[in-house]
Amino acid sequence: MHKTLFKYNEKDIWKLLSEITDPEIPVLTIVELGIARSVEKKDDKFIIKITPTYSGCPAMAAIENEIDKKLHLNGIQKYEVKKDFSETWTTDWIPEEAKKKLKEYGISPPGKTESDEDFLNNLKGEQKEVACPYCGSTNTKLQSKFGSTACKAQYYCLDCEEPFEHFKCI
Amino acid sequence: MSTQTKTLTKQEALFEYLIRLADDRLILGHRLSEWCGHGPILEEDIALANISLDYIGHAASLYEYAVEIEGEDRHRDDLVYFRNDVEYKNLKLVELPKGDFGYTIARQFLFSAFSYFLYERLANIEDEQFSGMAKKHLKEVKYHLRHSREWVFRLGDGTEESHQRIQEAFNDLWTYTEELFYMDEVDELLLADGLSVDTRIFKDDWKQLVSDVLNEATLDVPDFDQYMAEGGRKGLHTEHLGHLLAEMQHLRRSYPNAKWE
Repeated sequence: MHKTLFKYNEKDIWKLLSEITDPEIPVLTIVELGIARSVEKKDDKFIIKITPTYSGCPAMAAIENEIDKKLHLNGIQKYEVKKDFSETWTTDWIPEEAKKKLKEYGISPPGKTESDEDFLNNLKGEQKEVACPYCGSTNTKLQSKFGSTACKAQYYCLDCEEPFEHFKCI
Repeated sequence: MSTQTKTLTKQEALFEYLIRLADDRLILGHRLSEWCGHGPILEEDIALANISLDYIGHAASLYEYAVEIEGEDRHRDDLVYFRNDVEYKNLKLVELPKGDFGYTIARQFLFSAFSYFLYERLANIEDEQFSGMAKKHLKEVKYHLRHSREWVFRLGDGTEESHQRIQEAFNDLWTYTEELFYMDEVDELLLADGLSVDTRIFKDDWKQLVSDVLNEATLDVPDFDQYMAEGGRKGLHTEHLGHLLAEMQHLRRSYPNAKWE
């Protein structure tokens, strides 16, 4: 039996959200990716705030649908999903454990973001080091700044000769 | 037509300001999407489609905020599909046909360099929702600038043909660059409240960046003091916008209430 509405609290909603995986990166949940930002109960309605990883991410609509489906199937009717831009999404929100999962899945995880204060001068700077998720070698080459999705770049490992994707660090 | 100028309210000015920004990104995003399946190499096909998605995403959030400011219960898609060319306020630069790859890259570079300086300031605008969106867009704009800048080097300092083609592209596009900095009563009215960006502040920085990159790419920097086209911000466009809109809008206009099932 479903719990009735009044028995649900914010924690329950968080639990449901953490069962929803990202449609493009199915090894991570929308909670691990930091897409689900907050759950708040106002009167008898849950306000769920989500933020996109990239502005044009086509997965956003799919994620909203998944949230609808999940809540609906669990008998939650009074809720609103809102987009929240108050904090800018960053790969720094992805916890270490989730980064490990990415690596095991074959996507080279993002490193820590660096200050972008001197962007124009840094434009001329060196490429950063990216490790191959298969053999661990850093002898890799950037093939394209854009991969199969906006959040990934295309790399090639010069040691094990495997192409791989790197989750861009933003 | 009335000759009286209606006094602009701040709400109307902010709506107009957001629409101008959004229209630039929607139209350029649409132009870039024309490369999908036609890119010169697979990586670039994907890159241009990705950048196109970013622009359309930026436009979507700006339109969404614009209809919220307007408060007339319009949907952002109404602005996209049910306005005619004279109601579009985008720059002429972004509506020009995509041309060859060099032409697309030249435009991307000029626009991205401008967007970078603009968004650096939009990120600090006195409106939390607006500045929040801008901070997000800025991260992506930096990526776009990196991408197009590197291609300017590759094409400019590449083969004789690539050099010649991108040089011609810059020469052709130059007359549309002054409009990037266009300001009128809309900008002025918002400026006092910190709700718009004074483009005069970074014009020299933009010229410097563009000149440095072109020089390094062994290209000639066209004359900044030449005839400069404008009119886009007032809804006066080249013939190309109408054709683009016809393609983009015709399905929605033929079946106005159609839904994906």
